[in-house]
Amino acid sequence: MPGFAGVGPVPGSVTAMDPRVHRALGLTDDEEATIRSILGREPNHLELAMYAVMWSEHCSYKSSRLHLRRLPTTGERVVVGPGENAGVVDAGGGVGIAVRIESHNHPSAIEPYQGAATGVGGILRDIFTMGARPIAVMDALYFGGWDEPRARWLIEGVVSGISGYGNSVGVPTVGGEVAFDACYAGNPLVNVLCLGVLPLDRLVLGKASGEGNLAVLLGSSTGRDGIGGVSVLASAGFTGGSARTGSAVDGGDGEAHVADGPSSGAVAEGGDDAKRPSVQVGDPFEEKRLIEACLALLDAGLVVGIQDLGGAGLTCATSETAGRAGMGMDVDVDAVARRQAGMEPFEVMTSESQERMLAIVTPQNLDDVLAVCARWEVRADVVGRVTRPVAVPAGGRGAGSTTGGAGGADGGSSGPDGAAGRLKIRAGIDGPVLADVPAASLSEAAPLYDRPMRAVPPPTAGGADDPDTVAAPDASAMTRDITQLVRDPAWVYRQYDHQLFLNTVVGPGGDATVLKLAAPGVPWTGGGVVLSVDGNPRWCSLDPRAGTRALVAESALNVACGGGRPVALVNCLNFGNPEHPEVMWQLSESVDGMAEACQALEVPVVGGNVSLYNESAGRDILPTPVVGVVGLADRLSSTPPGVSLVDGGVLLLIDADSSDAPRPSGLGGSRWAVECRGLTGGVLAPVDLDAHRRLLDVVVSLVTDEVAGADGNGGAPANRIAGIHDVSDGGLAVCLAEMSLRSGIGMHVRGVAGHASLFGELPSRVVVCARSATAAAEIAARANGAGMTVTELGTAGGERLVVDGPTGGSRAGSGGGLPAHLVDIAVGDLVISSRAWWPA
Amino acid sequence: MPAFADSNGRHAAAVTPRIAVIVFPGSNCEHDVAAALGGLGGAAELVWHRERSLAGFDAVVLPGGFAHGDYLRPGAIARFSPVMAAVAAVAAEGAPVLGICNGFQVLTEAGLLPGALQKNRGLTFLCTDAELRVTSDRSVLTAGVAVGRALTIPINHFEGNYTCDASTLAQLRDEDRIVLRYAENPNGSVDDIAGICNEAGNVVGLMPHPERACDPLLGSGDGAVLLASFLATAGARAASADSAA
Repeated sequence: MPGFAGVGPVPGSVTAMDPRVHRALGLTDDEEATIRSILGREPNHLELAMYAVMWSEHCSYKSSRLHLRRLPTTGERVVVGPGENAGVVDAGGGVGIAVRIESHNHPSAIEPYQGAATGVGGILRDIFTMGARPIAVMDALYFGGWDEPRARWLIEGVVSGISGYGNSVGVPTVGGEVAFDACYAGNPLVNVLCLGVLPLDRLVLGKASGEGNLAVLLGSSTGRDGIGGVSVLASAGFTGGSARTGSAVDGGDGEAHVADGPSSGAVAEGGDDAKRPSVQVGDPFEEKRLIEACLALLDAGLVVGIQDLGGAGLTCATSETAGRAGMGMDVDVDAVARRQAGMEPFEVMTSESQERMLAIVTPQNLDDVLAVCARWEVRADVVGRVTRPVAVPAGGRGAGSTTGGAGGADGGSSGPDGAAGRLKIRAGIDGPVLADVPAASLSEAAPLYDRPMRAVPPPTAGGADDPDTVAAPDASAMTRDITQLVRDPAWVYRQYDHQLFLNTVVGPGGDATVLKLAAPGVPWTGGGVVLSVDGNPRWCSLDPRAGTRALVAESALNVACGGGRPVALVNCLNFGNPEHPEVMWQLSESVDGMAEACQALEVPVVGGNVSLYNESAGRDILPTPVVGVVGLADRLSSTPPGVSLVDGGVLLLIDADSSDAPRPSGLGGSRWAVECRGLTGGVLAPVDLDAHRRLLDVVVSLVTDEVAGADGNGGAPANRIAGIHDVSDGGLAVCLAEMSLRSGIGMHVRGVAGHASLFGELPSRVVVCARSATAAAEIAARANGAGMTVTELGTAGGERLVVDGPTGGSRAGSGGGLPAHLVDIAVGDLVISSRAWWPA
Repeated sequence: MPAFADSNGRHAAAVTPRIAVIVFPGSNCEHDVAAALGGLGGAAELVWHRERSLAGFDAVVLPGGFAHGDYLRPGAIARFSPVMAAVAAVAAEGAPVLGICNGFQVLTEAGLLPGALQKNRGLTFLCTDAELRVTSDRSVLTAGVAVGRALTIPINHFEGNYTCDASTLAQLRDEDRIVLRYAENPNGSVDDIAGICNEAGNVVGLMPHPERACDPLLGSGDGAVLLASFLATAGARAASADSAA
């Protein structure tokens, strides 16, 4: 397999190894020196292989950890924040929500079906390892486009991989987003969010406490699939098909560099296709049984701790569970059931074979655990035992006192007297020791890089790529632009089971997904959970900080439109090559923007994932932070209005901006500018987070009146609102068109100033379709009272979407005095064009 | 969450029909079916596929999902699960047996219903609402439901394209055994077939998921029409079993 081929195990630990060995594994010379200093001796090959996977960018976050610390992670509802397998939020009534998002970008670029499928499988395990029943998956997908056969292979492969795995594992895929930009052609993004529900008293963490307790490996046998997935595949960029040349790239303080050059077997030999064996293969049927078995074990209180095996496989699960508990572990590598003959210990310890879990159980409970597993037809083998911390051997420095190659290290956990838990890999549980390292050092002593950053200057206002400088399009061009921008994603989501568990009140395709807060074993008590997953590389590339602020604000507004009060956020930070100073600057700025928005909106970050090296042929992707916002609705008695219209309804625009100060047009970074005109410059409209927060409150209260009843307790709905939709991608034009598209009802909107008002993406705005003039007045009064500006746009009805310019303009060919149509399109034509983007 | 039945002894209140919901490894709609039946007054219990007896149950549901991972092809392995001999036995005795989606596939593989379900015409999975017409009332699922009634019930399948040979199709038509048809055929099923029954009308298979359409908050209550009919038949059977006892 790439990166490991030709490197045999080296017994013993005194002979200095050929430096090509650690480089081939993805470790730098400095990192290898750090390992030597931790161990107080030369590491052997197995130990190097274990450090290599655990210290990969993917597992250690060594380039991003420094920045992630700036995110707010606490709040009154946060039960478990970042650092565990998933974040957990208290939803009230003893019920918790576990949520996490993760990327599977690189595997999906190489092998789209299995890459996406195992992305789903991995995130599910993160959720049920917490004791939560996974009830919802959402995906954010970014592709290059349809214009070439490979692109179509990628899109169809990813969607069918999510469908094939998610549907049969029995977890509904309830929403997400799909976006296109040429920068993703060689490196698509596949981010998968999973949400689970648990009785809080079932919460179990990934800790291996209690000397003498047993480590039981559950699920699949271990094969050679996915070896090096985190290091070879996920922590390096794509070359665009050809072999990469051997120039070392400086990083950190100029000494550290990530595996590269001729010694980096996988990258240099054979190009991207040679990485395919590093992609894991998923088995949803195995995972389904594993979910049921693990939840049964947790229900019965039979496990002390439990952790999934994902990136870095058994090495990660054993070292992290032991490390978190400050304990050690003896692992019998011979006891691990294998799929293939002749596997070496390093292969067993670093394999990323899917559908495996590590449970820590007391010896007394072992028989019961094995019985539960047998009942669910899940394999279970004792592969290790928890050991107490021992004194650090002379010459070794333990887990917590190292410095990385560049920038130092986090503190490790060691015992009160400096003792540290040792992770010993043995051949036979009492057999010879093949590897012996401080357990916590694999995670906590990982290098921490403060990589150099370089600000990307903002585009010059008024430049050639500034959409504010182009001439106003005529009516036919604007109508054409709308049909280009409105896409019905049903082709994607109808391939996903989005209804299982009977929770889906509002499914995919709208602003936010609304689910009953319930699961098998967690009865519904009337509340709802509202979810939205969003990214916006156009905004973030213009200004990563302000763009990410606007992104978080918009995602929270989506959730509010579904009637949810935003309570938590998870993020997936997709960026390019961290060795490029501009990319590190984008990441840092984006984290700051996210922190500012999360603080102002009081939405703590409960988990996240960083995906770097998203590049192909030397070109980084646009900065693409993706956020998932979770909201709560106390009472869900009626269906929220959603993206809809009613014949005769009054259309209102609620805008959080009430100042007279001039604003940018909102065309900078808009879909219209980028996708219809190819203009990537201009100025991004800023978000006033205080005003945005007031808007969220108004929207939540208006929608709550519809779903919880005007009495807030399940009585008759207020019945004021027929539809509500936030104004974001594509501006007012796309917002209105989507309301027509989903309802099949036209509208007549009057007094729109021009193309900038139609397509500009000014933040903090929603369109409401009031059921009557009276309802409109009540809604407007409520919004005005909170400092919002309310504009009456027109009325819903008919079969055409018509938008008029300001009164007093001239209608083509009819003399003066009548307003000109800016847009005039039959709703039926819009339906046809919105589906034409997708395959038949 | 309904507990798994221990398969011993029927419970006292026999007027409430007792429904076995069969759970294969890989089934995933068992909780939804049990909840929907419970909401309509049935007593649903989950029965693991290794059980060999269905004694004491008034009716059986094979729920949707991916029994045994749908490996080889949907239903091909499930038909060999130990419980299937008992399902065939109670079906022969006239007990109402309902296969929903994957359960329909299992019933065809087990030979309890004719024909087969192949991949959808469009070669993608489809999860969407389907407009149905009740086309026969001589099954336990549609007894008492007006022929011609329109129902909106979701479909959720990759292999839902019903097919059978010409003589079987003629027989199904002649014997009035096509119980549900699609108003707009989503998957290429022959004669727009969404559900069929056996000769006696007590074994029914359909691809749409009635349990997903029992709550207007989720979009449609039309599935309750079918499941209520199924429960009524099962309840009548329970009552007659009791009076015979």
